[in-house]
Amino acid sequence: MRINISRKNIKNSFVEKIIEISGQNLLHCYQCGKCSAGCPAVSEMDILPNQIIRFAQLGLKEELLKSKSIWICASCMTCNARCPKGINIAEVIEAIRLILLRKREDHVQIEKLSDDEKTEVPPIALVSNFRKFTS
Amino acid sequence: MKISYYPGCTLKNNAKNFEDSALCSLKTLGVEVEELHRWNCCGTVFSLATDDLIHHVAPIRNLIRVKEAKNDSVMTLCAMCYNTLKRANERVKSDPESLQKINDFMYREDITYKADVKVLHLLEILKNDISFKKISEKISKPLNNLKVASYYGCMLVRPEGIGFDDIENPVILDELMQILGASPVDFPYKVECCGAYQTVDKPEIIVERTHAIVDSARNNGADIIIVSCPLCAFNLDHRQKETLKKYPEFKHIPVLYFTQALAIALGCPKESLRFDLHYVDPKPILKEKGLIS
Ligand code: SF4
Ligand code: SF4
Ligand code: SF4
Ligand code: SF4
Repeated sequence: MRINISRKNIKNSFVEKIIEISGQNLLHCYQCGKCSAGCPAVSEMDILPNQIIRFAQLGLKEELLKSKSIWICASCMTCNARCPKGINIAEVIEAIRLILLRKREDHVQIEKLSDDEKTEVPPIALVSNFRKFTS
Repeated sequence: MKISYYPGCTLKNNAKNFEDSALCSLKTLGVEVEELHRWNCCGTVFSLATDDLIHHVAPIRNLIRVKEAKNDSVMTLCAMCYNTLKRANERVKSDPESLQKINDFMYREDITYKADVKVLHLLEILKNDISFKKISEKISKPLNNLKVASYYGCMLVRPEGIGFDDIENPVILDELMQILGASPVDFPYKVECCGAYQTVDKPEIIVERTHAIVDSARNNGADIIIVSCPLCAFNLDHRQKETLKKYPEFKHIPVLYFTQALAIALGCPKESLRFDLHYVDPKPILKEKGLIS
């Protein structure tokens, strides 16, 4: 993949928003890959956790907003627990989700779930799913 | 003094087996608990955003209920409730400005919260307050010959400082199982996430996790898997149905809450075990081991 690196992108308002919501210093990441190595969800992801941080450093807004990975992450906190630089990767991913959710771009449409899908799972699953995937 | 108890919503229906077995066990151990009056759902997940105070209101409101009950600590059973209540509490403890805002928002409450409630998980109470030694003295049916894989998942252990055990190699469930007479097996998947809430809209992800986690338990010789979270329980037990559909060679293993194992060992009546709520029936293996009739 070909990427244009520009000062404009690196300092864009999208990056600022991620930093503000997540409270993380993206530039601390030195791309060791440990977050991705331990992530249980990488096989379903299109952009791996360490790449999410790199893309965020470079201000690649479109790639991040349309990535599947932000909806695959289950906030299990394994990456956070292992990052040698103390970066909370799960918080960065939550920030990207929230940038979409706060514009009402929901990932799960509750009205489209079938009765079966809603009744077979316990309340704990529904509450957490809607908290993470709807606005 | 009675311990204040926060059940959370799932303990009142799908995970009634978790609640009933825990309450029976505590009674047998001579510990009095009292359910919080007017508790509300904690919201399940701790908000990870810096600017999202509104989602900390629900957990903090429950901690006000603890003060109303004239208590300074609260017992949780569900690992997710534990995590959310404890993290919200730590957040306002370290950030007086957030605490002030949340208190202002709840101005109709009689009590102003001062971040002075301790959030405890039943496992901590069993180990630190009641003590494993006292439990071992009360056992009437040791779980001899039962091989157990203890699954911790995420919310009981992470992040650092919130969990009460080593984050990569927790052992508290294994210690408890040993006290009960069972044999813990080595289980490399014990802190690997089950996929959590993806189970609603992407159950195919859970199938892969359940396949890997349950197979690992089986390959290490486990008869049963032990959990502490109703979402883990649903994914690892009920999703075995879909797992078998995708992987015909897959073999079922029953999933029990640690409190059900405790209740069996303490001689609680079978009504408190509620095996009717399970997908994989635990009765055959428990009968085979002579633990239930
Ligand atoms: S573990 Fe931390 S430093 Fe390493 S790639 Fe991931 S975020 Fe960057
Ligand atoms: S929190 Fe998300 S990105 Fe991090 S390890 Fe878990 S699933 Fe992977
Ligand atoms: S975490 Fe779950 S079980 Fe606990 S109160 Fe919230 S939704 Fe209910
Ligand atoms: S449901 Fe999954 S994500 Fe939640 S505590 Fe259990 S293992 Fe962790």
